Amino acid sequence: MSEARLKFQPLSSYESKENTPYKLLPFNFTHLDSNRYVLTNLAGEYLVLTKHELDLLISKKLPIGTINYNNLIAKNFIYDQSSDVAINLIALKFRTKKSFLSEFTSLHLFVVSLRCDHSCPYCQVSRQNVDTSQFDMTKETANKGIAFAFKSPSRSLKFEFQGGESLLNFQLIKYIVLTVEERNKIENRDIQFVIATNLVFISDEILSFCNEHKVLISTSLDGPEDLHNKNRPRPGKNSHQLTIQGINKVREALGPQSVSALMTTTKASLTRVKDVIDEYITQGFNSIFLRPLSPYGFAIKTKSYKKYDTQEWLKFYFEGLAYIIEINKSGHYFAEQYASIILSKMYTPTEPGYVDLQSPAGIGISAIVFNYNGDVYASDEARMLAEMKDETFKLGNLDNNSYEEIIGSDKLLDVLEQTMSESVPGCSECAFQPYCGSDPVFHHATQNDMVGNKPNSFFCHKNMEVFKHLVRLMEDPDTRKILLDWVRC
Amino acid sequence: MMKLYSRIKPLTNTNLTKRFLAKISDNPNIPNALRSGLIFLKKNNERMPLPSGFHSYFIFDENHLSDKNFGNVFLLPPEFNYLANDDIAVINPEKSAVKILFRKNSPFNSILVTENCNNFCLMCSQPPRNINDRYLINEILSMIPLISPTATEIGITGGEPTLLGEDLVTMFKRFKACLPNTAIHVLTNGRNFTNTNLVKNIASVVHPDLMFGIPLYSDVPSIHDYVVQAKNAYNETLKGIINLKSLNQKVEIRVVIHKQTYQRLPQLAEFITRNLLFVDHVALMGLEMMGFTKANIDSLWIDPADYQSELVEAVKILDRFRMNISIYNHQLCLLDKSLWRFAKKSISDWKNEYMPECSGCSIKSECGGFFSSAHYKYSKHIQAIV
Repeated sequence: MSEARLKFQPLSSYESKENTPYKLLPFNFTHLDSNRYVLTNLAGEYLVLTKHELDLLISKKLPIGTINYNNLIAKNFIYDQSSDVAINLIALKFRTKKSFLSEFTSLHLFVVSLRCDHSCPYCQVSRQNVDTSQFDMTKETANKGIAFAFKSPSRSLKFEFQGGESLLNFQLIKYIVLTVEERNKIENRDIQFVIATNLVFISDEILSFCNEHKVLISTSLDGPEDLHNKNRPRPGKNSHQLTIQGINKVREALGPQSVSALMTTTKASLTRVKDVIDEYITQGFNSIFLRPLSPYGFAIKTKSYKKYDTQEWLKFYFEGLAYIIEINKSGHYFAEQYASIILSKMYTPTEPGYVDLQSPAGIGISAIVFNYNGDVYASDEARMLAEMKDETFKLGNLDNNSYEEIIGSDKLLDVLEQTMSESVPGCSECAFQPYCGSDPVFHHATQNDMVGNKPNSFFCHKNMEVFKHLVRLMEDPDTRKILLDWVRC
Repeated sequence: MMKLYSRIKPLTNTNLTKRFLAKISDNPNIPNALRSGLIFLKKNNERMPLPSGFHSYFIFDENHLSDKNFGNVFLLPPEFNYLANDDIAVINPEKSAVKILFRKNSPFNSILVTENCNNFCLMCSQPPRNINDRYLINEILSMIPLISPTATEIGITGGEPTLLGEDLVTMFKRFKACLPNTAIHVLTNGRNFTNTNLVKNIASVVHPDLMFGIPLYSDVPSIHDYVVQAKNAYNETLKGIINLKSLNQKVEIRVVIHKQTYQRLPQLAEFITRNLLFVDHVALMGLEMMGFTKANIDSLWIDPADYQSELVEAVKILDRFRMNISIYNHQLCLLDKSLWRFAKKSISDWKNEYMPECSGCSIKSECGGFFSSAHYKYSKHIQAIV
């Protein structure tokens, strides 16, 4: 044994030699605050360094064996003589992050009707009266949409029914579900159905069909009764009451996790974030998606979009986030979904697959929209834009164009090529690029340019602030524990 | 500790010129045709004549040996009374010794395939020897068909098994042919899997249940290399793991927790979830007081009670990603309660013991206990849970 003891070498003899400096792997850095930077690698792993530490790192003077040195080497920001496996690992991680691209389009939205009983001022759709059935999708169009969806190479296909108010054309939803199921006996894909509805027209017949065919429900809930009814007017002024009744009916029939809700933030909501969150908790939801208005459709016509700016939105969002974190600290699990998506990008090797935060943009290749009349749009927002007579993102029509013509169209491919944020000015050198994405429809709508000028972009400003805010929140150990629970692994 | 190796006393003439490996039988009426390949085990001390025709005989009481006409009769020390029908032993005539290679009634059988190694770990429990032990390969190949097909799992250990190269592939083929329902678990440092041909050949065996247990001691290359005392080890081990997984081989990451590894345990867990999420199992293990560990005790020992916060955090990170996690070689009274559901009774039966402090403990039967070697040093915080 004494002979063996002599053979053991100290740690220093396995460290890189002082006179052969480490090498840098690709990474970006962006100011976090006056003296600190966020650094991210290609796979979205991040570190925070002071300016002095960053200077040392880049000038290759970082002392070997220090905590920063070890963290940087373990997260593949640098490598040295001891191992070059970092190159294999970073390549593997980058491929993993981008692997969703080969899956291609999963979400197929069918606008089964433009009719609606509500008259929400922020609505993204030019709604039609309840009894004008020429704005319903026909079976012929639906069949073509189904055939189109099954052309997608994706192993999982999600069929989402939208409106207008989708349940005003429930017969067609029923037809699509049954036809897809029949077709899937041969295709054998993972199929999911979701009905987006305001729940006014939910009935036992519909629920029993949903139960039998495992159809999920997605609805809108903007907050407590007064706020919700103000945001979502309908004859009878009882939208909130009907929505809550509907949610409870759905849960009763399909189970507690079968219904999800989305909220939209209006000017009237800005001072009410705690009320909105409390409403979600009261109604038994375990998460909320705090969403700003979209600059489309009625929102622009009724000028509700311009009613608040980025700063007001961020104040609302951060106040809400702080309140939700306090709720979690008191021992009740409740998540904010936008933060959850970004945290999942920061803390997992995979992509959560959120259409608005993808590079290239998720339009067409993550989700595609079939309008009631067979028009095919690259995204739901693209459809809204077309309602305003801007057909930039209309890819074709199910009656006139084949799958190959639409998916292979220059219209779509050009957008995708332009929205690789890895090469977009203002994005390619941003530390938050791995967490961010491209929203060409938004930038086209607001700046008349798909790529957009980032210093003037609400999208960029909003997301940069959210990323930085989350990085700072993660520095507090108690908050960190809570936020990590929101990560979808 | 159960005795698996001992000098044995020949009681009659022996005609062994080389190592003899055979299955043990306690059936005196087994067909004559089979006897010349078997070792007869006489367990009871009745004054009964030995059955004729067996190659060798193991007995426990020389006073009851009435018939000295048979060759190759050996006296076994009483500690071997656990031996049973269908166990496998090898007799080494040079050293007049026996080694028990397989016990049918144990779930913990492992086969040492070489004592050579290309690592030199600070805490190696089976210190490598630079000797020529290639003869073991044929011995093992001849042993595999003798192993009871009811065996659930067999470990392959060393030394470094992959130093066998293609011979290891031959071994896997034979395991698959003879023991298709037996899981094979290989303890390897994975470095030789940088050889993609070796990995391809292993994959082409299409063994139904083959797992490679590979140690990774740090997310930092120099710290891993220091622990295994080999330059380039981290580099090759990780490339090896990637090669194995790219051909769909099962991989387990094994982390021994000690003074050199506990501090960055959470970072290592994060590294695994970030880079190696595709591995099949992560085992977090306590130190075994064997081999080199004793020589390096000062640079290795930390009381497990003192690294609970790092262990809890690491497990939480791995569990968040729903990784398959086990904690081995840790006594329940030392583990944070949140970790109990991950603790496994992992110590092989022949070297598994409990300490005096354990008497009266209400959860002793659920606790994995200690390595026999822990008598040398164990935690000050061991206490019966009543």
